[in-house]
Amino acid sequence: MTTMLAHRYRRGELHEFRSSDTDFMYLVSAGAIFALDEGTRAVLDLLGEGEMSHEELATALAGAGHSPADAEDLIRELRQVRAIHSEQVTTAPAPSAPPADYPLQALVLNVTNQCNLACTYCYEFGADKIATPAGKPKYMALETAKSSVDFLLAGSGNREAVHITFFGGETLMNFRLLRDVVGYANEQAAAQGRKITFSLTTNATLLTDEIIDFLSDNAIGVTVSMDGPAEMQDARRVYKSGKGSYAVIEPRLRKLIARHKTRAITARVTLTAGVTDVIRIYRHLKDDIGFHEVGFAPVTTAGEEREYSLNGDDMTGVLAGFHALADEWLDYALHGRMHGFTNVSETIGELIQGTNKSHPCGAGLGLLGVSPSGDLSPCHRFTDADTHTLGHISTGIDQGKREDFLSRGHVQAKYECQSCWARPLCAGGCHHEAFVRYGDTGHANLHYCDWIREWTDTCLKIYGTLAVRNPGFLERFAERKGLS
Amino acid sequence: MKHLKPINKKAQKIEETITSVEEDVVALQQQPRPHVPMGCTLSFSPGWEVDAGGGTAGLCQPVERDIYDCYVTCFWPVQVPDHVNYSPDWASNCAAATKDWRNLDLVFP
Repeated sequence: MTTMLAHRYRRGELHEFRSSDTDFMYLVSAGAIFALDEGTRAVLDLLGEGEMSHEELATALAGAGHSPADAEDLIRELRQVRAIHSEQVTTAPAPSAPPADYPLQALVLNVTNQCNLACTYCYEFGADKIATPAGKPKYMALETAKSSVDFLLAGSGNREAVHITFFGGETLMNFRLLRDVVGYANEQAAAQGRKITFSLTTNATLLTDEIIDFLSDNAIGVTVSMDGPAEMQDARRVYKSGKGSYAVIEPRLRKLIARHKTRAITARVTLTAGVTDVIRIYRHLKDDIGFHEVGFAPVTTAGEEREYSLNGDDMTGVLAGFHALADEWLDYALHGRMHGFTNVSETIGELIQGTNKSHPCGAGLGLLGVSPSGDLSPCHRFTDADTHTLGHISTGIDQGKREDFLSRGHVQAKYECQSCWARPLCAGGCHHEAFVRYGDTGHANLHYCDWIREWTDTCLKIYGTLAVRNPGFLERFAERKGLS
Repeated sequence: MKHLKPINKKAQKIEETITSVEEDVVALQQQPRPHVPMGCTLSFSPGWEVDAGGGTAGLCQPVERDIYDCYVTCFWPVQVPDHVNYSPDWASNCAAATKDWRNLDLVFP
């Protein structure tokens, strides 16, 4: 005798999207993407109207021309991947917290907190700064830097490769230290049979031929903080005198890009009031100057009252520009070419994997910041901020503080995120931005939720189109990004 | 899976997990049917409430029947020694289980 299945089904947590005449679903509990066929599409539509019993569902599918066996298959497959639930199925667990001894992968060494520019929106020196550098060393000492290398190698478990990012202040104001540390780190890593890679962020004002050659010889990745063509760059990226920095960096950048051939050279643009013409900025930096990749991020502020803050209209304009560049990115990809718009590339990389984050980023996990004095912090943005110290390079990580930081920042601790389908990728957004805006690193960044959802949906549609029309590109992209 | 096509790595992992579980579990209702040993009962569905004749006499009750049927006739994976493979003489000094069950010894295959 066969027992009747008495399950009642409802839709699970999923985000549906359509591209290239194909329906897809993004499973929120996992970060998985499935293409739907006509049958699974029908089941989700039926359940979109409300809960149904197994029998009702099977009958409705039979009415739509599916054989009984086919109807059972459809229901079973959707149930197995948890796209639909019955009351007898427990929901998928949320991402669990990583282990306390999570091995380090990268350190950000703030080799100096000094800067030769005085960008008006700077999070380190501007109106919303959280750093408390008074009485602390302005430049990192070589001993501190060497200890940091040892600390990284010792704390990175059995990882084959680790990474150091040099940061500031203006990083190149302490180039001598940088040069010495790279030598020391290479020796130490080689002695252990491991690899260490490097990158740095700079405002490019202090680049010389000697420095450029060093960076190229040592395969040091370079990110240049830069806001666009002269009038946009000079609006807020200024010297203390108020003089703009474009004329100083432009020839240096051209030389850097011409001579440094071992790593991608990336521009990182901060969008502020009046500096929102994304397309023009991209064209200038990519096509005219020659950067390999260009990424954009809206400025961090405590609210909208700052002179440089973006308002809603600004953000609408920014998004329109992003969409135009995203279309271009897709067009390139359909023709098998890489496009330099980082904001799409990063998200596509995460979608390939099916990333499902417990935390928005690696801060406090695989990544730590080191201040010039040797204080540890979750990342470079918290450098020299007494309220966020996570220990010292000489004494190690303060596990209690780290645990507090990580439990606040866990996506499950963010109430608003629990009903958002974009949480596998966003996980509430930047810890630092949350602190500046809401006074708590564990607060969800509610001011850009709509924006994140719209952007994630855009990238999902790009992903879907590629999965249908040029899946080989996604495979090559994964290889190139080291994701496979 | 016939109807859902995984298009990222996480989805592929989910599919692999489901497929491996499906291949692992072979329920008695499914095709192809698993080997069903002769012996204690042939009436598996939906449970062992009745024996093949519709009564209860042929079920694995009482305990001595459980022991012998599983030991001698059906090679069923229960917690008794295996007559077929390594303990042919296990019950040789237990002629009547209700009286002689104390003679049954522990076996370490």
